[in-house]
Amino acid sequence: MPVITYRDALNQALREELRRDPSVFLMGEEVGVYQGAYKVSKGLLQEFGPQRIVDTPITEEGFSGVGVGAAMVGLRPIIEMMTWNFSMLAMDQIINGAAKMFYMSGGQFRIPIVVRGPGGAAHQLAAQHSQSLESWYAHVPGLKVVAPSTPYDAKGLLKSAIRDDDPVIFFEGETLYGSKGEVPDGEYLVPLGVADVKRQGSDVTIVAWSKMVSVALKAADSLAAEGVSCEVIDPRTLRPLDEAPILASVRRTNRCVVVEEGWDYSGIGAQLSYVIHREAFSDLDAPVTRVTGADVPMPYAKNLEHMAMPSPARVVQAVRDVLYLA
Amino acid sequence: MASRVVMPKLSDTMEEGRILRWLKQEGDPVETGQTLAEVETDKATVEMEAYTNGVLRKLVASPGETVKVGALIAVIGGKDEDIAALLATSAPAPAAAPTPPTPRPAAVAPARVAAPTTAASSAAGSRSIRASPLALRMAAESGIDPGALQGSGPQGRVIKRDIEEALARTQTVAPAAPTAAAAGEAQDVELTPMRRTIAKRLVQSKAPVPHFYLTVDVAADRLWDAYRALREENYLISLNDVIIKASAAALRRHPEINASFGGDHVTYYSRVHIGLAVAIDDGLITPVIRDADTKSLSDIAAEAKALADRARSRQLQPSEYTGATFSISNLGMMGIEEFSAIINPPEAAILAVGAVREVPVVEAGQVKVGRRMKLTLSVDHRVADGAQGARFLGTLKRMLENPLLIG
Repeated sequence: MPVITYRDALNQALREELRRDPSVFLMGEEVGVYQGAYKVSKGLLQEFGPQRIVDTPITEEGFSGVGVGAAMVGLRPIIEMMTWNFSMLAMDQIINGAAKMFYMSGGQFRIPIVVRGPGGAAHQLAAQHSQSLESWYAHVPGLKVVAPSTPYDAKGLLKSAIRDDDPVIFFEGETLYGSKGEVPDGEYLVPLGVADVKRQGSDVTIVAWSKMVSVALKAADSLAAEGVSCEVIDPRTLRPLDEAPILASVRRTNRCVVVEEGWDYSGIGAQLSYVIHREAFSDLDAPVTRVTGADVPMPYAKNLEHMAMPSPARVVQAVRDVLYLA
Repeated sequence: MASRVVMPKLSDTMEEGRILRWLKQEGDPVETGQTLAEVETDKATVEMEAYTNGVLRKLVASPGETVKVGALIAVIGGKDEDIAALLATSAPAPAAAPTPPTPRPAAVAPARVAAPTTAASSAAGSRSIRASPLALRMAAESGIDPGALQGSGPQGRVIKRDIEEALARTQTVAPAAPTAAAAGEAQDVELTPMRRTIAKRLVQSKAPVPHFYLTVDVAADRLWDAYRALREENYLISLNDVIIKASAAALRRHPEINASFGGDHVTYYSRVHIGLAVAIDDGLITPVIRDADTKSLSDIAAEAKALADRARSRQLQPSEYTGATFSISNLGMMGIEEFSAIINPPEAAILAVGAVREVPVVEAGQVKVGRRMKLTLSVDHRVADGAQGARFLGTLKRMLENPLLIG
């Protein structure tokens, strides 16, 4: 099976869906002539032309609103945020427009839009450009939120997102773009709302998504050397959340650690923790424990940035805590 | 002034009770001594009385609810008195109290059930248990008392590991029951308070008490003939009554068996109180025939029958089923040939009585038909050794083989 990058897997998904459905188009800053700020849209302008690969001014609210309008009249827009930090300018269009239009029009207007781009921290991008905003969007009824961790999932989920008739918020990862993984030739889909077990284990369940999956897997490797067997589950879609496999795993392992790049307060992990306590309380031998980004604006200094992010060492410690190991 | 009504401790082993029904309703005037409710304890159904005058202001526990000893179940107060403060303080159960010392039946006459004063209930009150939800569930499923474990988690929290280790300890003594129902249909029935007590008490016996067992075969021909003769004369006497009488007489001659292990000492009792295992609908209970060594056979027979009847209708008072110094369990009437019984702590021994059977016996080289009965004595090895047990059993055998010796 071919091994390709996360970036190329996304590029394949876009290309295949643009070929498959003429109502699909891509719009955003630098997606065309510059071939994408992170080269995800490389070669698309050449194949599909400027009508379907649309470069915009630096106007997030404006082009997001155009996207919502285009979706209302039957097109399938893909809106690229250069990073999700800039989406704050477009939140009114995304939340008050895209998320609510189907409801407020009494079902007259479906909004089959995908808003995508990299989320989370990269390297020393400082407080304003290092944010993980999954929980902001997952809070809103009417939105679906996806955050793939591997090239395979990224391609299959993006294709499903483009074909979905509801607005989908699609979080990629700047530091994931260069990561590699097996992606089969030809057509396949990964359905929205289905979690995936990334590693099987019996002593503790670690839930992680996007970049944090690799952090969890590294922790699981070092714990395996101590004889602790970790199960790593990637929900892949954060809303709607695929609760069943997570609960089934926790019922087996009796303990759970949630790893989340975003801030602790009101994070996705808080919701997950609530669900697990609600549904599997009598199966828990320890409280669900979270490893999250530090509750501070992201520092610019390299050493402080490193300390503010979840690390394999912190996940190892959390696992030891829920196992009551010293 | 308003006062709290708490679940009284109605027996030594009672840790919780179930409110069967309230006989007074909210707003009813109550006087000291009036019956407030019927409470099912681990042993019996008991009427609970009011200990103060006033108006029953609030019923906190509902009928059917099981409540820890010492927990608030009602409030009695003035008609318009503000009882909010009393209700608000209902949550914390009395703090951990040391386990009351094991009762010593003969040394101290079995205490009459003390009036459930505040002092009594707080001394033995329930304590909160720190445990993970999983550990609590595992404990409930396996019959382990999580409160008896030293938790290894933070702040002494009892966790899965502690339950597993406790299970491993019990399983070295008694292997876990195989899950026979796995393939077929099964139904979980919640333990009654009595069943729960049996489960706990017998594990408390079997795990720490080193049992040993001695079996003799008794030639029961003369015993049988005497028993039939008495029946024909309309004496309502059972074979078991004779065994009670004989055991009591044998214990008098062998006081080393009529004893209790006390950690750093052994207590020898001067009086002989025989506990009699009685099967009832959902469990068993051992009412006590006191001073059985001084009573006539007909007195023992009458008392045994009355106690068994009261046990089956659940009317035994705690003083009637506590304080034995030795117990007898008889499954002979159910066709059991022989079996080994579990000692009922703090007693040091229990006698298991099998059926009287017609068997071929060899006497002076001739095979003839005889009657035989097997007796198995379980003894706490910390109190007595094999030879002492054997001597007691030898005396008992001789008495039963020649009933005139019983005296």
